[in-house]
Amino acid sequence: MNESFLELPLAVLLVQSPLAGEFFPTLGLPLPPGTMSPAAYFAALDNGVLEDLALERDSLVEQFTDYLLLLSTLGKGRTASRLESITILGGHDKSGRREDFSLTVRPGEIISLVGPTGSGKSRFLADIEWLAQGDSPTGRSLLIDGAPPDPGLRYAIDRKLVAQLSQNMNFVMDLSVEEFITMHAESRMVEDIPGVTRSIISLANELAGERFSPDTPVTSLSGGQSRALMIADTSCLSNSPIVLIDEIENAGIDRKRAVRTLVDKQKIVLMATHDPILALMGERRLVFKNGGIAAIITTSDAERANLKLFEEMDAKLGAVRNALRNGERIE
Amino acid sequence: MRVITLAGPPSSGKSAVTIKAIASLKQKGVSVGVVKFDSLSTQDQLLYEKQGVAVTTGLSGNLCPDHFFVSNVEESLAWGVASGFDLLVIESAGLCNRCAPHIQGVLAVCVIDNLSGVNTPKKIGPMLKMADIVVITKGDIVSQAEREVFAHRVRQVNGSATILNVNGLTGQGGDELGRLLQGAPETISVEGKLLRFSLPAALCSYCLGQRKIGADFQMGNVKKMAFS
Ligand SMILES: Nc1nc2c(ncn2[C@@H]2O[C@H](COP(=O)(O)OP(=O)(O)O)[C@@H](O)[C@H]2O)c(=O)[nH]1
Ligand SMILES: Nc1ncnc2c1ncn2[C@@H]1O[C@H](COP(=O)(O)OP(=O)(O)O)[C@@H](O)[C@H]1O
Ligand SMILES: [Mg+2]
Ligand SMILES: [Mg+2]
Ligand SMILES: [Zn+2]
Ligand SMILES: [Zn+2]
Repeated sequence: MNESFLELPLAVLLVQSPLAGEFFPTLGLPLPPGTMSPAAYFAALDNGVLEDLALERDSLVEQFTDYLLLLSTLGKGRTASRLESITILGGHDKSGRREDFSLTVRPGEIISLVGPTGSGKSRFLADIEWLAQGDSPTGRSLLIDGAPPDPGLRYAIDRKLVAQLSQNMNFVMDLSVEEFITMHAESRMVEDIPGVTRSIISLANELAGERFSPDTPVTSLSGGQSRALMIADTSCLSNSPIVLIDEIENAGIDRKRAVRTLVDKQKIVLMATHDPILALMGERRLVFKNGGIAAIITTSDAERANLKLFEEMDAKLGAVRNALRNGERIE
Repeated sequence: MRVITLAGPPSSGKSAVTIKAIASLKQKGVSVGVVKFDSLSTQDQLLYEKQGVAVTTGLSGNLCPDHFFVSNVEESLAWGVASGFDLLVIESAGLCNRCAPHIQGVLAVCVIDNLSGVNTPKKIGPMLKMADIVVITKGDIVSQAEREVFAHRVRQVNGSATILNVNGLTGQGGDELGRLLQGAPETISVEGKLLRFSLPAALCSYCLGQRKIGADFQMGNVKKMAFS
């Protein structure tokens, strides 16, 4: 893109970059007429209007250029975030003892993180989010496809490699589920917004025990429903190939399916958990002690068999919970 | 000395993230001082002192805290230099969306929080739009989707800033912020430098559109703070 777009009539510019018009209302400016170029529009803006909106004429040109650049990188970001593997190279624990490991994880894999509170699970997830290069408190480094990542990726908020499911899933927006997901889809610049929104809501309903409709306000969703919605949203809308889950509460959702949903979309899932069912879902689990990884355990066949057992126990408990809720006797 | 102006709406987490970044910088042997500008009273002096951070507070009284800031910024730097700090953070009150303490050639940080709502980035004036680094806090309280929408809205109004999520409670991202602050340019004095945006009308020479910093340019209602 070069500077000449500033001289194009807005209508022509909008053909090349359909979202460019959003720039003006975002800053509180009226939309220029289609026949006018942004350069002419900025030059003609009234001083009083600029003052009221706390804008400066010269920086508007710069801001508009940045904005168009952002739009074009957003488009590219959707395809550029595929990766083959991530590798984490050991650093040191809290006492400075070297960690001796190199862990390579590929899309579609689940790694669980276990260990007591304070043992360093969240710090490990933060190292990944920060794409640590020996420059975090743990000294660990991360490789993408076997090589150090492009440093620009750290701050590329729209091309982030990592999405993190919050521990806490309150919503603060006063919107319906449908409006909320639509707004998120718009910010991700996906093409078929209504279609994506519908499939996220229906997936979330499959994951949540209790159904909700597109018109339900997000603030009145139950804990389980919000978690289900966010997992469905992250798996369908987030373009980040790595998903971090830090001790998600799992009441009210089909947690196994939820995690499967993420993995099915070829995401790498790293999950800190105290829940045996989730922990055993991982192909491998990292055992944390004193800020370092003390062991990497591959889930054995015997453990997988136990997992089945735990799931049956869990299903039984779930049935009892439901019966209680429906006012039945537990005899 | 590296100088940083840090602005953002009240309770967005300015002090919280500054404290986390300072904690990480301290471990690396970087000495940091803070000057806090506020209007009537502030808890921040105590907050910083509790963390063992050297801090001076200036209360602007009936002046706009940002105007008061410009009249005292040189003295703030002099205090920082005399105290031997490697890094000086100047935290503004963030009470006025129309004003911004950001200075050309001085690293400008804006702190805003996810809870303030997706339309807030649009409403905050130059303190967000003219910042080099935008720190977004309280990501722990909202969903991943809200974080993404919010960050996108910030990008829409400030496409060139580095955006960083920091949790003011747990400190996640604090180490990373500290690293970015260390990239601030060395500044001994700001005399003659320009504000990034003219402050709106009030009572002093800066109210009348003055952007040059320095005793020669301060006229009218100029109030000076005391440094220990
Ligand atoms: N949950 C949460 N609370 C935060 C975060 N950052 C700051 N806070 C809280 O927000 C409140 C205001 O923070 P403070 O640093 O005093 O804001 P300031 O007025 O901008 O300096 C305090 O109670 C902080 O503990 C965060 O990332 N998450
Ligand atoms: N290898 C390490 N070196 C230094 N500090 C560490 C290390 N690992 C963890 N920490 C610190 O220890 C504290 C507790 O770790 P955290 O990751 O929150 O534990 P968990 O999530 O397992 O409860 C945090 O302040 C973290 O930054
Ligand atoms: Mg933790
Ligand atoms: Mg404060
Ligand atoms: Zn003001
Ligand atoms: Zn003034």
